[in-house]
Amino acid sequence: MDFILGRYRNLSVLLLVVFGQLLLLAYQVRSNQQVRVLRVWAVTSVAPMARGLENVRSGVRGFFSDYFILLDVREENRKLTAENNRLKLENNFLNTELSTADRAKALIEFKGRSPSNNIAARIIATSSSANTVVLVDRGTSDGVYKGMAVITGDGIVGKVLDSFPIAAHVQLITDKQFGAGVVSQKNRVYGTLLGQGHNRCRIDRIQNEEKVELDEMFYTTGEDRVFPKGLPVGRVVSVQAGPTFKSIEVVPTGMKNGLEEVLIVLEGVHQEIPPPPSLAERINLMPAPPFPAQEAGSVIPAGTPSTGLLKTDADRIADRYRGIEQQRGGTKFGAFGSQPPSFSTIPTSPDKQGITPPAVPPAPKPPAEKRVPEKPVQ
Amino acid sequence: MRPIAILLLPFLAVLYKVYVRQFIEQLSYLELPLLVVLYFSLMWRNHLAALFYGASVGLLEDSLASHPIGLFGIAKTLVGYFAASVSLRFDVDHSVIRFILVFFFFIFHSLFYWVMEQALLGLPAPLEPAQTCIVAGLNAAVAVPLFMLFDKMKEPA
Repeated sequence: MDFILGRYRNLSVLLLVVFGQLLLLAYQVRSNQQVRVLRVWAVTSVAPMARGLENVRSGVRGFFSDYFILLDVREENRKLTAENNRLKLENNFLNTELSTADRAKALIEFKGRSPSNNIAARIIATSSSANTVVLVDRGTSDGVYKGMAVITGDGIVGKVLDSFPIAAHVQLITDKQFGAGVVSQKNRVYGTLLGQGHNRCRIDRIQNEEKVELDEMFYTTGEDRVFPKGLPVGRVVSVQAGPTFKSIEVVPTGMKNGLEEVLIVLEGVHQEIPPPPSLAERINLMPAPPFPAQEAGSVIPAGTPSTGLLKTDADRIADRYRGIEQQRGGTKFGAFGSQPPSFSTIPTSPDKQGITPPAVPPAPKPPAEKRVPEKPVQ
Repeated sequence: MRPIAILLLPFLAVLYKVYVRQFIEQLSYLELPLLVVLYFSLMWRNHLAALFYGASVGLLEDSLASHPIGLFGIAKTLVGYFAASVSLRFDVDHSVIRFILVFFFFIFHSLFYWVMEQALLGLPAPLEPAQTCIVAGLNAAVAVPLFMLFDKMKEPA
């Protein structure tokens, strides 16, 4: 043994070190626990440097933009952006609360609740293994713990994968290991959101018979116990039928403006999914076309025959009766105060050559009645 | 090499990997921690020092990753040991030799990491040989001037 260790000392040490790391790996995989002491030391040593670099970077960028472009506007813009994100979430919550049928009941319920309790965090680094896991500058000292939802004002972004004293790992929704329960806005179709490693996610477990439309929004269901219900997830950009389930791709709305600052949900509040926009808002109707050969402001009197290609059979019959009445010197057909046409007379048709109607004595004219003319309808 | 540089360079390399990538994704191909391990393993010509140094840098990288600790550690331990073995047989101060060594050790590192991901963790990871070779070439190209810079940080004899 001493001979082997002496002669093959380097190889023995190599095998020992490799074997020790394999045991460490096997322990983590089997027990599903990680070696927190190593991670805490590494994150605690790297996070302050990363935060310092981020401060320097943002300071340098801010210095040039503040001095040469906009004085102090950048700082105000940053504050307004944070306030805007907070107000967006509050606005979504208020809108869905007030859209319930029983407004009085909704107001009473709303008084007893409040929007989710969030804390702002800044992304300071990415994971050394993949860019779909990031490091934020909030940790257990700020009340951030594993499993908390991470969102922006526009939608969900990810969840806390691991939390350390001064920082936390956040798994983005684009990560291949990410999953969340979602539901569509219009047809209330339930599915599972899965990351694909790039900027589009897919939704799985939706049968081909279910209806999902392009541009439809998906929201969180709250059933995964990570994200509060009612948070926007993404918009559908591709829908295709698959062997069993539909193949649906969505673009996450929470990441559309880039990722520098996020909100970590400390205490989530479920809210209702907003109703889809109404049909009337989406259809654009042109005004009715103007009547041809019509003076501006003039009114079409009743009984005026229709012209052009829109003439129906009824219009043609009416024209014939009008012609008969005019031949007999009568008033216009259909005009106010006029007599109905004589149906005992067979009107002559240009198609029926040689057929003459029988002679019928003209009906006696009734005495003229005095009537107050009605005002024409404008 | 000054002791402060031996301790600080791995930290800076890992910091580069976790910080710069979020802004300039095109630079994510550069594996600075591996290059640092290779440089010291080639320069020291000592198996034990090289393998322990590789294991330390690898474990530091694993601690900042989302996967279990040990993947980078095992890969860099082996890279450090074999790089020290090669340095005893070749003149590793020559730029061409350095380029070739970095190229092959990068491919070895990537392949070993992929094997462990698949075999030990069961994670589906695609193996892209062409892309790996191109990235290995880029790293080797960066390594040559980088190693020259590290040479200047050596303590004068």
